[in-house]
Amino acid sequence: MSTSAQKKMNMVQAIAMALDEAMALDPTVLALGEDIADAQGGGVFKCTAGLSTKYGTERVRSTPIAEQAIVGAAVGAALAGMRPVAEIMLMNFMTVAMDQVVNHAAKLRYMTGGQTHVPLTIRTTTGAGFGTGGQHADYLEAWFAHTAGIKVVAPSTPADAYGLLLSCIFDDDPCIFIENLPLYFVPGVAPLAGERVPLGKARVVCEGADVTVVSYSRTLHDVLEVARELEAQNVSVEVIDLRTIAPLDMDTISASVARTGRAVVAHEAQVDFGVGAEIVARLHREHFGRLKAPVGRVGAARSPVPYSKPLEAAFVPTRARIAAAILDTLN
Amino acid sequence: MSELENPGRPALLEMYRIATLIKQADDRFIALIKAGLIASPYYSPRGQELIPAAVSVNLRASDYVVTMYRGIHDQIGKGIPLRPFVAEFMGRATGTCKGKGGPMHITHVASGLPVTTGIVGAGLPIANGLAWAAQLKKTGQVTVCNFGDGATNIGAFHEALNLASLWKLPVVFVCQNNGYAEHTRYDLGTSSATIADRAVAYGMTGVTVDGNDAIELWRAARDAVGRARAGEGPTLLEAKTFRFRGHLLGDDSHYIPKAEMAAAMAEDPLPRYRAWLVVQGHASEAALDDIEATNAAAIEDAVEFALASPFPDESELTTDVYAMEARA
Ligand SMILES: Cc1ncc(C[n+]2csc(CCOP(=O)(O)OP(=O)(O)O)c2C)c(N)n1
Repeated sequence: MSTSAQKKMNMVQAIAMALDEAMALDPTVLALGEDIADAQGGGVFKCTAGLSTKYGTERVRSTPIAEQAIVGAAVGAALAGMRPVAEIMLMNFMTVAMDQVVNHAAKLRYMTGGQTHVPLTIRTTTGAGFGTGGQHADYLEAWFAHTAGIKVVAPSTPADAYGLLLSCIFDDDPCIFIENLPLYFVPGVAPLAGERVPLGKARVVCEGADVTVVSYSRTLHDVLEVARELEAQNVSVEVIDLRTIAPLDMDTISASVARTGRAVVAHEAQVDFGVGAEIVARLHREHFGRLKAPVGRVGAARSPVPYSKPLEAAFVPTRARIAAAILDTLN
Repeated sequence: MSELENPGRPALLEMYRIATLIKQADDRFIALIKAGLIASPYYSPRGQELIPAAVSVNLRASDYVVTMYRGIHDQIGKGIPLRPFVAEFMGRATGTCKGKGGPMHITHVASGLPVTTGIVGAGLPIANGLAWAAQLKKTGQVTVCNFGDGATNIGAFHEALNLASLWKLPVVFVCQNNGYAEHTRYDLGTSSATIADRAVAYGMTGVTVDGNDAIELWRAARDAVGRARAGEGPTLLEAKTFRFRGHLLGDDSHYIPKAEMAAAMAEDPLPRYRAWLVVQGHASEAALDDIEATNAAAIEDAVEFALASPFPDESELTTDVYAMEARA
């Protein structure tokens, strides 16, 4: 593939393209969230710019600052046959709407014996690095992955963001779609119109023989960088991008680890009680005895996101810590 | 003036049928719980029967009703079929939710009951979404959302009223103010003199009515449903009432002064309504007895059906979690 000839696009543009396409395709697709309509600027990150002008403020609705009201209205509209896409500006604000997400969106299908379902997508964004401190940059994906009934999706490239978002919108289950702020304006290969990425399928981003690293979202890019650096030291790293966290594509992870015999899970969320713990537990069950080393985990420090620059830089899983965890499995 | 109109005889008798069906079902459920045949906390709506009776005769089959753990009156009012209804109470496979929802989550989409929640106040934001969908689809459906006075102190209530008013949603928020939130007396938990007062803050019509007066209720419900149907936006309708059996079955109501309880009992809306119907010449005692006999037979049929129904198969444990049974 010649990269120079390929069209480039950033994640914001890719998300806007997916939303536009979904709304054009299906009149039941709705959007709601704080400031998302054009009169309010088309969203603080501009992912929804132009949509209300094109599809009307009945379908693309700016809301008050009321996260319970946003997610609740999306749940209700979904129950009544619509496909709402709710924007919760930052992932930390999901905590304000947890009742609607965990007690309602996730469970209504089950509790009604399959009579109802909630085809709702909640787009939200997060990621440390902007000096926003403790309440604006948390990765809380494990909270949702832990709840049965919700799908959790975390793209790492513009093309995946586009393809996965379309899949979420047209999926019949509630999906939490985690966008990464530090990746928002990084250009990548532009998506092909109409090309959806299936939910629940991981991608082997680069092949390797010595160790498997499982990652997603922003951390994936650090992992790829580390993998390139280690190649110079004759360490061959296989990198897997989960794309969807729940349901977890254990088949892809397991097949890779069966070849390499070693694994590390790297994510921005805190290590303790996190997604990595789940993957490690499953790997130990499936490959116990064949693993050449204990499975490693790398994540954020066990602290709230700090404000001060040097602390914030040390908080996220640094390349040095990722490299150390990989090398650890080789010794 | 439409306010002067009264319900016609069919509506008056339908309200009586619904209200007595609720009371009879409540009595029967309590007997089943005492006999060990239903194993669940139970929140009796005894005393509040006239509210859903008066609301529901103003609704269409396609309208939505959202309710909560104390909800059998609202569910019966909306016309939930008794067989799967009772079966759900008993956790049977033939229940409305295949036995997976249970008494606090009775849902029956076909009857226009898409959500019943056990979380105080959570129904209001969801009712907005149902109403928004109806508004977009121009179906003319109205959504009625029921909750207690305690729920009006939860953030979700305020967020939902504000949004509903901003978006002029076709929703009627019915606060069944029974004077207590669990064990807490109204004025110890709620800062405003009435619930309806709170509507002012959201630019919404707020009405307080005597929840023990069928005619007053009927008029207020007709007006609120009419406003919603006409695109004039939401109403906060407060119906003042009382719960006769405590918060939860087994609760001895020790926190309610005896005189207050006695006064409320003396005002029991059902016998009052019955006497009024007879005195006004709307129905004979015998005709009302017939209604109750028909109700009793239908309830017994449902109980027998439920008792004869199997429990869900263990394979149901992990079904209905996702659209296709995705392994997480
Ligand atoms: C969010 C939440 N907090 C607490 C409870 C426990 N709880 C159940 S019912 C109830 C009282 C609610 O009173 P009210 O809203 O007046 O309704 P009523 O039961 O009187 O009909 C409480 C505190 C709950 N179910 N949900």
